[in-house]
Amino acid sequence: MDEQQRTTYWRRNLRLMAWLLAVWAIVSFGAGIIFVEPLNEIVIGGFPLGFWFAQQGSIYVFVVLIAIYVWRMDKLDAEYGITEYEEEVHHS
Amino acid sequence: MSEVQLWTLFFVVLTFGAYIYIAYASRVNTTSGFYVAGGGIPAPANGAAIAADWMSAASFISLAGIVAFTGNGYAGSVYLMGWTGGYVLLALLLAPYLRKFGKYTIPDFVGDRYSESARLVAVVAAIVVSFVYVAGQMSGVGLVFQRFLGVDTAVGVIIGMVVVFFYAVLGGMKGITWTQVAQYSVLIVAYLIPAFAIAQQLTGFPIPQITFGQVLQELNGLQTDLGFAEYSAAFTQTNMLNMILITAALMFGTAGLPHVIIRFYTAKSVRAARASALWALFFIALLYTTAPAIGVFTKFNFIDQIAGTQIGQTPGWFDNWANVGLITVDDANGNGAIDYAPMASGLNELTINNDIIVLATPEIAGLPTPIVGLVAAGGLAAALSTASGLLLVISSSVANDVYFKRINPAADEARQLLVGRIAMGAAIVVAGYLGINPPGFVAQVVALAFGLACASFFPVLVLGIFWKRCTAAGATAGLAAGLGSTMAYMLWTIDIYGNSDGIFGIAETGFGTIGMLINFAVTIVVSQFTTPPNARMQALIEDIRYPGKSTLVAAHAEGHLDDEALDEGTGRDQRP
Repeated sequence: MDEQQRTTYWRRNLRLMAWLLAVWAIVSFGAGIIFVEPLNEIVIGGFPLGFWFAQQGSIYVFVVLIAIYVWRMDKLDAEYGITEYEEEVHHS
Repeated sequence: MSEVQLWTLFFVVLTFGAYIYIAYASRVNTTSGFYVAGGGIPAPANGAAIAADWMSAASFISLAGIVAFTGNGYAGSVYLMGWTGGYVLLALLLAPYLRKFGKYTIPDFVGDRYSESARLVAVVAAIVVSFVYVAGQMSGVGLVFQRFLGVDTAVGVIIGMVVVFFYAVLGGMKGITWTQVAQYSVLIVAYLIPAFAIAQQLTGFPIPQITFGQVLQELNGLQTDLGFAEYSAAFTQTNMLNMILITAALMFGTAGLPHVIIRFYTAKSVRAARASALWALFFIALLYTTAPAIGVFTKFNFIDQIAGTQIGQTPGWFDNWANVGLITVDDANGNGAIDYAPMASGLNELTINNDIIVLATPEIAGLPTPIVGLVAAGGLAAALSTASGLLLVISSSVANDVYFKRINPAADEARQLLVGRIAMGAAIVVAGYLGINPPGFVAQVVALAFGLACASFFPVLVLGIFWKRCTAAGATAGLAAGLGSTMAYMLWTIDIYGNSDGIFGIAETGFGTIGMLINFAVTIVVSQFTTPPNARMQALIEDIRYPGKSTLVAAHAEGHLDDEALDEGTGRDQRP
């Protein structure tokens, strides 16, 4: 990777992270805590929605977020020609 | 010997035999194998090992009980979100970069990135946090042995110590990792089978995550009748500010705990480290989405079967737990019935230890006896897997970061390995002692350990990776400020020490989040006024952002970073 590529690779990584962390905060702190009371007015399958986000939904979303990260980063690496990954444990 | 004891013994002998066999098959003779399993574990296996490492006796035995019985129900959400949400932070902010750096321990990273004094602070923090944790695991082992096999707690702890000694000393991280894969399998099967069965029994459909909503409505009604807040009602015990702060402290603390972070060094490559985080959270989510369902089902059964029952007519499982003192009944009003009511009302006559909820679930639901034995084996697997991961952190901190890096840098491979094994053995003995004689404050300190990890390690690691200009002086000052303010607040507010209400009613378990913000602020400000790291260090930090192979990181590890060919203009490695 040359200088230009390094910069764009890193910028795209940071942008992906920012999106994923925004969703991470919205489902847990947003839906699970701050907006829990209005969301609890909606009941689906016996679950008040805010309560469901706090005890179930946020966890599912976390798994999906990491899955998206792994998938997008693999794609990004391929785009920038990174096929050989660092595998060594460096120790003096 | 009763049928339950026979089945428990069967499963315990079977699983312990498997652990010992795996340990023997994966014994090691290099420091790289002993500390990080040679950095060669495939992602799914590493994920299962992380999950077992992470899910302790507390997750397996206590989590459902804490969520369902400590508060009304909703308040326990902090643990469910906090202990899973931290993995998003780990995956995005730490795992790939630390794997690229490729060291043995967390103090190794801190020491190389910042300074030797920062390394020592990190060593002390890693050892203290790990010992606090491991004591809880060992007493979990004792609890299972005592209840299910009728042996003395101390004997149970010693049996656990011998098994851990065998596979941890022999196999180091490699033995521990493969044993943890087996332990994860045991604990998740043991957790899910009773959950499926009880969901089928109560709702006619075996997937607890989907069906516990049906029971939730009835449980809300039962709790209201007894004078409790509804199970799903928000902010009845913990206000919104504290819910946010405690959840955040648990999340950022998770991402700052050494025994979790070092697991990303064991992954096969940078790419495998990212995938490990996904597998780990997937495996953890299987248990963490089931736990709140078990909580609802068991609380429903419990209130349904016990509240208002005449003393002497309680079911057999109730009497079993009452006999070992984990359920207590005090018929204060003398009406001969067990009254279950909120503590604050003064009418409550029933006290339930949170630790029994999962262990008692199969009996409460009337499931076949072998399942009771399997759950006991699952609890042991959860406790032993976490204990071994923590013991490795202690051993590697002592043998690598103190002995090899500070005391005797000339030590050869065999010598280092011997010191590692001796440190491991000594750590097991101390952990066993703490398990048999737990200091009274352990439970409280475990909850606080997250706040401390969050206020200390997390900012230092994240800034060390993402901000090239972050200086050693900045990080050290931030570490001291974050750790100092958090500890001071805790001492000031905890019941047994200061018993103050604190500032704005912030709970001591949530203050770690504030401590973390203080740490970030101090680190950034001090770094602005101190000399930035030299060009080579900055080039090195930049290099860990890219997952491909590079010579710079290897050169740094071998101690000749200064000889590396750097381009004068960019300060970067010019070799292909």
